Amino acid sequence: MAKTIIEKIWDQHVVVREQGKPDLLYIDLHLLHEVTSPQAFEGLRLAGRKVRRPDLCFATMDHNVPTINRAVIRDQIAKKQIHTLADNCKEFGIELAGMDHPDQGIVHIIGPELGLTQPGKTIVCGDSHTSTHGAFGALAFGIGTSEVEHVLSTQTLWQARPKTMEVRVTGELGYGVTAKDIILAIIAKFGIDMGTGHVIEYTGDVIRNLSMEERMTICNMSIEAGARAGLVSPDATTVEFLKGRRYVDNEKFSELEAEWLALATDEGATYDSVCTIDAAEIEPFVTWGTNPAMGSGISNSVPKPTDYADESDQLAVAQALDYMGFEGGEALQDVSIQHVFIGSCTNARLSDLMEAAEVIRGKHVAPGVRALVVPGSQTTKKQAEELGLDQVFLKAGFEWRESGCSMCLAMNEDVVPAGERCASTSNRNFEGRQGTGARTHLMSPAMAAAAAIEGKLTDVRNFRAVGV
Amino acid sequence: MEPLQLVTSIVTPLAKKNVDTDQIISKEFLKRIERTGFGKYLFYHWRFDESGKEKPDFVLNHPDYKESKILVAHENFGCGSSREHAPWAIADYGFRVVIAPSFADIFYNNCMKNGILPIRLPVHEVEELLAKPQLHVTVDLPNQQILGKDGSLYSFDIDSYQKKMLLNGWDEISLTFLYEENIAAYENAQNSKTAS
Repeated sequence: MAKTIIEKIWDQHVVVREQGKPDLLYIDLHLLHEVTSPQAFEGLRLAGRKVRRPDLCFATMDHNVPTINRAVIRDQIAKKQIHTLADNCKEFGIELAGMDHPDQGIVHIIGPELGLTQPGKTIVCGDSHTSTHGAFGALAFGIGTSEVEHVLSTQTLWQARPKTMEVRVTGELGYGVTAKDIILAIIAKFGIDMGTGHVIEYTGDVIRNLSMEERMTICNMSIEAGARAGLVSPDATTVEFLKGRRYVDNEKFSELEAEWLALATDEGATYDSVCTIDAAEIEPFVTWGTNPAMGSGISNSVPKPTDYADESDQLAVAQALDYMGFEGGEALQDVSIQHVFIGSCTNARLSDLMEAAEVIRGKHVAPGVRALVVPGSQTTKKQAEELGLDQVFLKAGFEWRESGCSMCLAMNEDVVPAGERCASTSNRNFEGRQGTGARTHLMSPAMAAAAAIEGKLTDVRNFRAVGV
Repeated sequence: MEPLQLVTSIVTPLAKKNVDTDQIISKEFLKRIERTGFGKYLFYHWRFDESGKEKPDFVLNHPDYKESKILVAHENFGCGSSREHAPWAIADYGFRVVIAPSFADIFYNNCMKNGILPIRLPVHEVEELLAKPQLHVTVDLPNQQILGKDGSLYSFDIDSYQKKMLLNGWDEISLTFLYEENIAAYENAQNSKTAS
């Protein structure tokens, strides 16, 4: 019977299947970071348990590391959490890319970079954006700390078989429209809980033509669509990206390649549900509200509550506008911003930095705007510096930082003050996400770069035409 | 994990949809390495103003709901981050049951691991509960029912495995260790496949 890649990976990993229970699923790769792991390790110690497969674990520090002056962590509680991860990795024999390690970076950026992420693997991490790794045709999903402890002790998880959903992107992408715009448009169109209970497979010519970096951006935000995971069937692009990576068994590469390509969804396989979007209807996107589905093409205006038929939508939009400091009806292109953040597991890879640098080259950040570039990993940072991108950003008035999650969730010192607006390439615009009272507008790296130069939200398509 | 059978309490109505885990527990409280003590930070920025004073308009600050063990909200409760600090905060504050038309998947699972019962009810039933601000109910997990003091009655579905885990307060890891041989057999089969 024709199967989807989701069913193929699932069936390959079932350790126990019994009536009346979820499946016991084997986990191939467990990624760890400082915030969601300490209580799990403590649980192991209290119960006298060990880590079953330390060789299948990999840890780094990303969420609360400083992105400037790393020698001094002023926040003592954060410092303790960082040291706790180092101690736990040492005690339980887990490989760690610590704060001063050349491989350090956002966990979802370094997994693919190192080749730890591979097609067909089941990958978990105590972080909802684990869905990023799905870009490689892996089944990758975020888990809570109790589940982190469960995986550490047993290398398995009890998981209910998910429903499958195809999200097909047809047609052709317009000029200046990026992967970030695609995923924001999908979530705005189908809703923030469209994927609940499902694993999404992204299909269609538009997805096929995307680079691995772009596929990661899309899969990353599957959780913002409520999905347990999101993935793309492996193809030549996937294989090419992984060739020669450090944790890939390159001696057996041709065998691996054949295995990976065989995982792709079979012709004629069916899904529990299907959503289709025409790329031609997508323009550069920005969010105006307090969840990622509250977004719109840049040529539009902020909506009014009365634009919505449903009473609970009216209330939610009214609350969002109140928080965001809008009355409703403002043109998005008139919205002034005070901060720009180019970073996060969604958009801090080399190609994202190149995309932003292209927009700002030879220009300068608008007066009164503070703009930050936080590369997704130290490797990405080094590669960008080799290309001279750091100089492009610095000359334009951007700050060039060390890697980490930074202003995406503002657990470190990179915070947006109350009432101020940030054009951000991250993934969540929830209330207080980038700082108490901070107002986040999500967008692509190119759009955020253009906003930095203009000091307001702007359509990067016009910007390029005028600015070159 | 504390077993859960019957929970009797006034129902706290939180009439919001898409309540994300960033609101349930804000990031500044995620730096602690303990599992306990998060209750005082639950819904922190909705409960307190900048000076740390309670905001009187927020439902949790209403005197009637101070001892409530049951929270009711609109769709997609617990969306966003996988942080288990969210259910830790909910449990530590004193809630044992959350009722909503739908929950985000990771949050739903995280509740189950912490002795919190997430109940899915149809939208119109949740709206009924939200419209009765003084309603006391008993949540009866063995019979999968919610019985209101006003005579109202709601039935709910729950996966039989998860129900058993909650009723008994079992430690899932100990149960999984019973399948140690299966796990080892799976690993051996994988190893021989790679070696061939």
